[in-house]
Amino acid sequence: MKLSKLIFVAAASVGGLFSLSSCKSGGGNSIKVGEFASLTGKEATFGTSSHEGTLLAIEQVNAAGGVLGKKLELLTEDDQTKAGEPANAVNKLISKDGVIAILGEVASSRSLEAAPICQLNKVPMISPASTNPTVTREGDYVFRVCFNDNFQGGALANFASGTLKAKKVAILTDVKSDYSKGLAKSFKEKYATSGGVVGTELDFNGGDKDFKGQLTAIKSDAPDAIFLPGYYNDVALICIQAKQLGMSIPIFGGDGWESESLLEIGKDAMEGHYFSTHCSIEQPTPEMTSFVNSYKKRFSGKSPDAMAVLGYDSAMVLVDAIKRANSTESGALREAIATTKDFAGASGKISLNADRDAVKALVFIQIKGGKFTYSATVNP
Amino acid sequence: MDWFFQQLINGLGLGAIYALIALGYTMVYGVLRFINFAHSDVLMLGAFSAFYIAPKIEKVFGSQSVLACIMVFILAAAACAVIGMTIERLAYRPLRNRPKLTVLITAIGVSLLIENTAQNERVLGSAPQAFPQLITERAIHLGNLVISSKDLLTVLVTLVLLGGMWFIVQKTRIGTAMRAVSFNQQAAALMGVPVDRIISFTFGLGSALAAVAGILYSLNSSIEPLMGVQPGLRAFVAAVLGGIGNLPGAVLGGFLLGLLETFAGGIEGWSNYRDAFAFGILILILLVKPAGLLGRSSVEKV
Repeated sequence: MKLSKLIFVAAASVGGLFSLSSCKSGGGNSIKVGEFASLTGKEATFGTSSHEGTLLAIEQVNAAGGVLGKKLELLTEDDQTKAGEPANAVNKLISKDGVIAILGEVASSRSLEAAPICQLNKVPMISPASTNPTVTREGDYVFRVCFNDNFQGGALANFASGTLKAKKVAILTDVKSDYSKGLAKSFKEKYATSGGVVGTELDFNGGDKDFKGQLTAIKSDAPDAIFLPGYYNDVALICIQAKQLGMSIPIFGGDGWESESLLEIGKDAMEGHYFSTHCSIEQPTPEMTSFVNSYKKRFSGKSPDAMAVLGYDSAMVLVDAIKRANSTESGALREAIATTKDFAGASGKISLNADRDAVKALVFIQIKGGKFTYSATVNP
Repeated sequence: MDWFFQQLINGLGLGAIYALIALGYTMVYGVLRFINFAHSDVLMLGAFSAFYIAPKIEKVFGSQSVLACIMVFILAAAACAVIGMTIERLAYRPLRNRPKLTVLITAIGVSLLIENTAQNERVLGSAPQAFPQLITERAIHLGNLVISSKDLLTVLVTLVLLGGMWFIVQKTRIGTAMRAVSFNQQAAALMGVPVDRIISFTFGLGSALAAVAGILYSLNSSIEPLMGVQPGLRAFVAAVLGGIGNLPGAVLGGFLLGLLETFAGGIEGWSNYRDAFAFGILILILLVKPAGLLGRSSVEKV
């Protein structure tokens, strides 16, 4: 981990040197904004959704005349859901294209790869949906427009002991994902302090197909529920196999579940399970309604998910900051993003705190009748 | 105790898939003395063939009918046999008289070529897709134990195919020719054995097994272009563990690896290291028996 980080930073600094010479010739009539997303690969729906949200925001801003008298130009790189690719993508965007800011990613592991490069080059980075607390600790140029997992883990712990009335919870963690490990840790701490017992704790590798070994061990321990902080593909397979093994206890997880693919792969095995996420598109705010309408119009009737909403908000927060800074100079832009307060985003009011995290409410979704159904809201 | 027996069932179900894949590795090794790394990608192509064939077959024979299921297996196996033979013809045959290392590196190249081509959005695409439900899932309950129809089917199919392979290799003319090629290619050629055709047949057979394994692996699951990599690696280890080139050895190795992995996966603190655990056992066994569990440098090799 340490070594690979060092290499990225070294690569980035070399890239930085080049950018000094190449960037100056830029200027022109557009403001370049970089984006990296997992458009293909294992977590393709994350990247596709956040990208569509971001794209919609940029198009709306341009249709309304752009910012500072210039049009926005969105440069998107696909990191293919692969470790190592985000560093390449962000290096290219910064040193070759000379973007003024970076938007991305959904998955924390991949944001954590890009963040040190943005920090080193002093290019502001706004992650739409990476919730691992360490992401924004990479430096003062790294922001997010979502809550972090200290909050999400706490809310899930309260949910387990409150709504589910679970006295004993088993935890199944994806050891390949920083998101999963971080969320499991904060859940465990909060759940234990609220008097709950953490039962069997087992690991899996994201991308595995057979989880029966772990599930059988959990079954014999007879917990009241299973906490599964993972991404939608693995979650769907785990729920299928839990059902096969005749387990009927509720399984719940975090925002990594949010994808239509969860239902396509998991089908009826997902019934009755819960997850927490950033917002519900059923939220009756004017910002959400107008976003959902324009999204459906732009993407031929497709219904947006939380990642699309946050992709939209990440771009809108950036545009708002450019306007307030009245400049795209990196220091001034960083200041403006850091002082974002009560910005009316589609997902809700966004204010960034001293840790550069958004302080926002969280919603619980239950899968009922093959659909994501709004269940409850938790305020910070 | 329930816990133990349930893990036993889970492990056998998983091991049977490794065993099927290992059979393919071991057969090709037996004849050509090299590891066909593209085998795991043929497995993936088998699953994808079934994915595309199944809806069309089910329209004719009815959804989730036994007949439709068998048809899908046969057609996907046939498609993969053709793919396997094509790979052999285009990539390996031109290198027949080159050092083994050249062929090995080519095999890795073929594997990467298939994986990366398949990941292109215009080919198969890299996002996971739900695999069609070929058979109605029925669970058999024995007290607290659950045996899924998928696991039962997998174990049965593996044992039947092992028997079939053994029969082909030991009791048929073409099997005799395969053993002759395995024993000494040049001598076999001098005796009038059509070496190229025998090798092509071996590849076809091995690839058909990979297709069957691919479908069984994907039942109740999702498929994507890199799905073959993990089971492929483990099956390779299983083949070495059982004694590469030995058919029953491959199956034994597969079951052993499946069991080890499942049991390790269910132990707290171990679940993260289940591969390390399984591979550690492999090293130990190879230290004691370098040729693998059933491996002997005898005429048994195929």
